[in-house]
Amino acid sequence: MAMAEIIKSKLEAALAPQVLDIDDQSERHRGHAGYREGGESHFHLTIVSDAFAGKSRIDRQRLVHRALAEELKEKIHALSMSVKAPGE
Amino acid sequence: MSNPLFERIERDITADDVVLFMKGSPVFPQCGFSATVVDLLGKADVSFQSYDVLQDPELREGIKAFSEWPTVPQLYVKGEFVGGCDIIREMAESGELATLFQEKGVKTAA
Repeated sequence: MAMAEIIKSKLEAALAPQVLDIDDQSERHRGHAGYREGGESHFHLTIVSDAFAGKSRIDRQRLVHRALAEELKEKIHALSMSVKAPGE
Repeated sequence: MSNPLFERIERDITADDVVLFMKGSPVFPQCGFSATVVDLLGKADVSFQSYDVLQDPELREGIKAFSEWPTVPQLYVKGEFVGGCDIIREMAESGELATLFQEKGVKTAA
């Protein structure tokens, strides 16, 4: 399964997001440390989920980190994200 | 805490008001996210101590375990974890970063 598909299924299971956009930005990092041929190493996520309501920025990102813990160990080199609760 | 590396990190984050664990140095950042945080701290007019995790593989893994945060850069203010690049950027844009420095009594150069 492609990394974006894995990310999608894990985040859907963990956060039931209303909005989930997964942007593979790996090509922008060609030549940089952490770039791998074939990409799938640098991702930007945009997530809107009820799970984030009332939570601090750190706690929100920790929810995402926890859902993707296995992938973050080695496969994902860089992960940035915009995480919001509905209505923010 | 009997982990010597964690003890060292604990000392590092309390020795200076503002501490950034990053890839590369403030002059030569080796990663776009680290460069962004260096830039935002510069705009906030605060001086900070940086540690280059690329020069220190033990620290690179240690800081992730210490903060329970899987990515670098990581910013600490007065010994407290504030966040990584996304969080610092959002806080800078909303004005919360300046407020945090003010509330924590961090001196700005301005």
